[in-house]
Amino acid sequence: MTAPMVKSEQVHKSFGHLKVLNGIELEVSVGEVFCLVGPSGSGKSTFLRCINHLERIDAGRLSVDGELIGYREHGGKLYELHEKDVARKRREIGMVFQSFNLFPHMTALANIMEAPIRVKRESAAVVRERAERLLDRVGLTHKADVYPNRLSGGQQQRVAIARALAMEPKLMLFDEPTSALDPELVGEVLDVMRQLADDGMTMIVVTHEMGFAREVGDNLVFMDGGVIIESGHPRDVLAKPQHERTKSFLSKVLM
Amino acid sequence: MSSGEVSPIKAVPLPHPGRWLTVAAMLVLAAMFVNALVSNPLFQWGVVGQYFTSETILKGVGQTLYLTLVAMVVGIVLGVILAVMRLSPSPVLSTISWVYIWFFRGTPVLVQLIFWFNLAALFPELSIGVPFGPTFFSVETNAAITPFIAAILGLGLNEAAYMAEISRAGIQSVNDGQVEAAHALGMRRLLTMRRIVLPQAMRVIIPPAGNETIGMLKTTSLVSIVTLAELLYSAQSIYSRTFQTIPLLIVASLWYLLMTSVLTVGQYYIERHFAKGNARTMPMTAWQRLRRNFFTFHSPRPQAPAPSVTSSSGGIR
Repeated sequence: MTAPMVKSEQVHKSFGHLKVLNGIELEVSVGEVFCLVGPSGSGKSTFLRCINHLERIDAGRLSVDGELIGYREHGGKLYELHEKDVARKRREIGMVFQSFNLFPHMTALANIMEAPIRVKRESAAVVRERAERLLDRVGLTHKADVYPNRLSGGQQQRVAIARALAMEPKLMLFDEPTSALDPELVGEVLDVMRQLADDGMTMIVVTHEMGFAREVGDNLVFMDGGVIIESGHPRDVLAKPQHERTKSFLSKVLM
Repeated sequence: MSSGEVSPIKAVPLPHPGRWLTVAAMLVLAAMFVNALVSNPLFQWGVVGQYFTSETILKGVGQTLYLTLVAMVVGIVLGVILAVMRLSPSPVLSTISWVYIWFFRGTPVLVQLIFWFNLAALFPELSIGVPFGPTFFSVETNAAITPFIAAILGLGLNEAAYMAEISRAGIQSVNDGQVEAAHALGMRRLLTMRRIVLPQAMRVIIPPAGNETIGMLKTTSLVSIVTLAELLYSAQSIYSRTFQTIPLLIVASLWYLLMTSVLTVGQYYIERHFAKGNARTMPMTAWQRLRRNFFTFHSPRPQAPAPSVTSSSGGIR
């Protein structure tokens, strides 16, 4: 058995007096599509953001590919990581946001090329070729030279996925990638994600799309109030939820 | 209704008698003003014409432009650095920036100018060396701080304090999501600032920075008191000899007006440049604005409908 891609042990996180994560314990294996579901405020997005250190955890251990996030362990002691090392770790973790967050002053292609050129210092020619291939993969070759404000939400999110993939990450985090989209545009983004899962990418997906979770997910965790209520294979959890809270949540979101 | 020929509404435009009355009143006032300019011999337009392109004045104009340019470059560069320091997570940098802005914004620029010019009275010698230790290099203050250096220090360092606040507002106007997206891609703080945040902040920074530049062009006239031959000093040097005070002040004023007008036009084009990818409609150029103001006297023309952004979405995968 290979080492897990993400390992979370007793992770705690508070915003002031508000306890957001209360002892999260989970493992995500390589190549797995891991779905996080739960009501808003359950801590699922915060947990996702902790994985690439956009939020720092208060207690517990969180590691990606065997390396601690935000800290270095040496002789039984934890040392805070330099910003440089945090940034280096983040190169390996792609993230897709609910609000897309494309860079509005750059074209779609320039959005995708920015980080590989500036961060990984790859040559422009190599990056351009990869960026064009990625745009083709998300079906937006004809939008390469278009600025984000001329793209629909679905198109923006597909460019955002291509932008994250351009760094050739080994883990992709999706933070409610379809929640800000018009219903008719959700499908095109889920299709891209499904394709990515088929290609064997390790993905952690915070979502309300139960259909996607059931179809594509290998594992599903239901969170509420900063704790994991239940977990298992999506088909089992969605069809036969064991816990009262899971049942009542699912009865509201499932059609 | 069914076979859709759409005919635009034909309606009698709303009359605007108030506008016509205002125009009439303004025309009368303008005529009176022009009459006073022409008929009062004390304006001495001949003298104005004679000195308008004289060598002394032109040199002064050049010096004023040069001062404005250098002082603004110092102000903008230092101002952006101060703003980034102010917003940095380091309390040390943030405090240094705060103190700088507090001091340079809190004292009059004229006082600062005189201070720099008289620095020799305070420190007769400037030297570089180990603090409290040996000196490597030393120079007489009066030789180092020429009137030009004093002017640049006074104007530039003061301007930096204002530009810092303007830049800070610009930086803070950029959505946090932009920074998070850049960090998630592995970009470091300074790279994120330079490539992602500042280009977007420019949209907010440019208009007030344009005002600052125009303000600086006029503020350079203060430098005349440290005997630097910019435009006002050049005009003064002539009228102190010929006693033609009013015509030479008019010469200077006309040059200031001319230069600020050129700057105003330049500002529009810079704003348009930084609006790319952000505004759906570009800000108007000076010429477009002029045309609109002069040729649409009645209600504004109906705009062409904005091209729909969302409707053309995503069929192709």
